[in-house]
Amino acid sequence: MWPDSDLKVASLVSNGQHPKSGRSRRASQDARAVELALKMTGRAARVIHVGTGHRDSGLGQYLGMGLPEITLLNADENADAVPVLVDHLKGTDLDIVLTGIHAEQGEASGMVPYLLAEHLGWPLVSHIADIQKVEGGKAEVLQALPRGQRRLLRVPLPFIATVDNAAAEARQYAFGAARRGKLVDEVIDAPVDQARLEWESHPAKPRPKRLHVAKAKSAADRFKAATAKPQGQGGSVLRDGTDLEKATAIMDLLISEGVVR
Amino acid sequence: MSEAPRRDPRAEWILRNRLHPEHDVLVAAHSGPTRGPTGLLRKNPHAVGFIGPQGIKRIDRSAGLSGGASGLSSGARGRSASTEVELPLHRVEHPDFYVAVVVDLVAGRLSSHDRDILGQARILAKGSEEQGAVVAVALGEAREANFEAAGADRLVSLTELQGQSLSGYCPEHKLAVLEAVEAELSPRFWLFPDSIHGGADLGSRLAARLGERPAVHAWKVDAQQTVCRGGSQLTDWHRPTARVLLLAEECALPVDETRHEARPIELASIPEVSALIEDLGQVDVDPSKIALGEAEFILSAGNGIRDWDQFHAVATALGATEGASRVAVDDGHMPRNRQVGATGTWVTARVYVAIGISGAIQHLQGIGQCDKVVAINLDDSCDMIKRADLSVIGDSQAILGELLRLAEARQGGTGDAAIDLTEEARHVA
Ligand SMILES: Cc1cc2nc3c(=O)[nH]c(=O)nc-3n(C[C@H](O)[C@H](O)[C@H](O)COP(=O)(O)OP(=O)(O)OC[C@H]3O[C@@H](n4cnc5c(N)ncnc54)[C@H](O)[C@@H]3O)c2cc1C
Repeated sequence: MWPDSDLKVASLVSNGQHPKSGRSRRASQDARAVELALKMTGRAARVIHVGTGHRDSGLGQYLGMGLPEITLLNADENADAVPVLVDHLKGTDLDIVLTGIHAEQGEASGMVPYLLAEHLGWPLVSHIADIQKVEGGKAEVLQALPRGQRRLLRVPLPFIATVDNAAAEARQYAFGAARRGKLVDEVIDAPVDQARLEWESHPAKPRPKRLHVAKAKSAADRFKAATAKPQGQGGSVLRDGTDLEKATAIMDLLISEGVVR
Repeated sequence: MSEAPRRDPRAEWILRNRLHPEHDVLVAAHSGPTRGPTGLLRKNPHAVGFIGPQGIKRIDRSAGLSGGASGLSSGARGRSASTEVELPLHRVEHPDFYVAVVVDLVAGRLSSHDRDILGQARILAKGSEEQGAVVAVALGEAREANFEAAGADRLVSLTELQGQSLSGYCPEHKLAVLEAVEAELSPRFWLFPDSIHGGADLGSRLAARLGERPAVHAWKVDAQQTVCRGGSQLTDWHRPTARVLLLAEECALPVDETRHEARPIELASIPEVSALIEDLGQVDVDPSKIALGEAEFILSAGNGIRDWDQFHAVATALGATEGASRVAVDDGHMPRNRQVGATGTWVTARVYVAIGISGAIQHLQGIGQCDKVVAINLDDSCDMIKRADLSVIGDSQAILGELLRLAEARQGGTGDAAIDLTEEARHVA
């Protein structure tokens, strides 16, 4: 079924950074979004970046995944990407816009897709793992839930989706492809994100770990809290009865906990 | 009758004679403060304590709070360890403002993250000289959610809206409820857990709708200043506190010293919602592809399993992820990556079924975070039984056989094909 040549899919990408070394790279969720777009539309996948374009930064790595070009909306570091993107997307006829969930740099609030959805009036589905099919103007989307679970959603086109880490891993990028790919500049006028300039940023301080504080009124209780073996409150024990009764008791618990549907 | 206090020589004699059969009863009755002959309040220093097994007098100063060896004094102590202490009720009649908390209610219960957020809300509600009320917004089915103890003064609780159950994925309906709360109460702060259970998603939607810039992954919040963790956990942003806050785990301590009213609020009107996103329900995932550390339901096998084919069949029929004790792995019955415990994986399952596992400390460490533990074992004195919420004493093979039959009977018609994940489904958000 894929690639579907009628479909117009774009992914919005940002520069990532390595969580330990801070080295510039493609952002992992954004790269998964590009991977999904490549799977759905092949080389017709569009990729949009707002910022200063550097082939040597993460952008080159996205190009290296086999993209013919990236649309670059030139804006400096302090610019607000949302109005720029809204203007740009209004002028296109896209069906699906894919983004990551959080950026890897800066504020990383993850608000861009939500603000775009609000301004464009498109529906938004979050944390998707895959898009299974597009039929009759509606897409069936697989959403990633905690604990490896999945949920199927149906959304009308056009829509915005944020891609979860559960989506297929991005392909390896190649140096040659990164050289061949083009950055198509578009000169735009980007407003400065004024509010952000007033904030202070510091290197992250390690957060204090919460200690288990025993709220005991007496020394004996504190001693007991510090030395007691962690144990359940003593559950029910089934000694007698047939095997069927015992199995039924277990089954009832599994059903009431909702793990057996 | 005269009010003059009178001595009771017989009672005094019994009180002195600790071998008298009525001694305990009388000590119990007399152990409080008593009136002396002149009407003065008297304490009886001899009534405290009890005689230990060696015949030595012992004084237990824990005031009955610890359930230690109680000896003779058990009747004398007023409170026993099991009685729950009634916390003082915190009442807000006419709040000056509201602080709204939208809880996740994972599986219908308040998660520890939810409780932390409610604790943070209390701090924001009492910060200034005005008095605020904490409104908990619970969307979806709530079971065993104790909002009174968690610190909610008011409660907006809805399980369905316009015929749509709020338990599945319906962000548009939930957003409509939040907008109605905004219109009616206009809370000073909106607090959400920044979690993958839907809190972050809903909070971002509300912030976009209200045109507020949220503080995301905030971990240190007061009424003026907020510290948020930035991208890749590498920066902290210090910023003025926003109206919409998406809070990290452990941002504040949960409420544990007061009780609250959790008075229900009915929303006057919620506008009609035309939802675009349709929830087609959860898809069956091949449980063996789920990483052990994040599996929700684990069936774990130990040295007490004889028939391994049967064990695998039960796990498949129940849709459980398989785990194993170290002995089962060392004997070659299970792969190493399925080992639960200190040297294996620390699991976080909501339901953990241990079959033929004795509960060595190395194994129990690995299941410390599991909610419900079920044990099947021959030996009713082993440590796993002490840890388990439900224990079944019996032969594993016979019980598994019955369980398999029950599970297959349940499955009956539903033969949905499980979707195939290409790799272990990890979810790191
Ligand atoms: C450094 C170190 C690290 C370790 N790390 C781990 C670890 O990470 N994980 C781990 O699991 N272990 C670990 N161990 C091993 C651990 O100490 C125990 O040896 C092990 O957990 C015991 O496994 P078991 O309960 O399956 O076996 P056993 O202790 O042999 O228990 C078998 C249980 O099955 C019951 N049983 C027998 N037959 C039947 C039957 N027919 N029906 C029902 N019940 C039956 C028995 O009553 C018994 O309770 C570690 C040990 C060391 C020294």
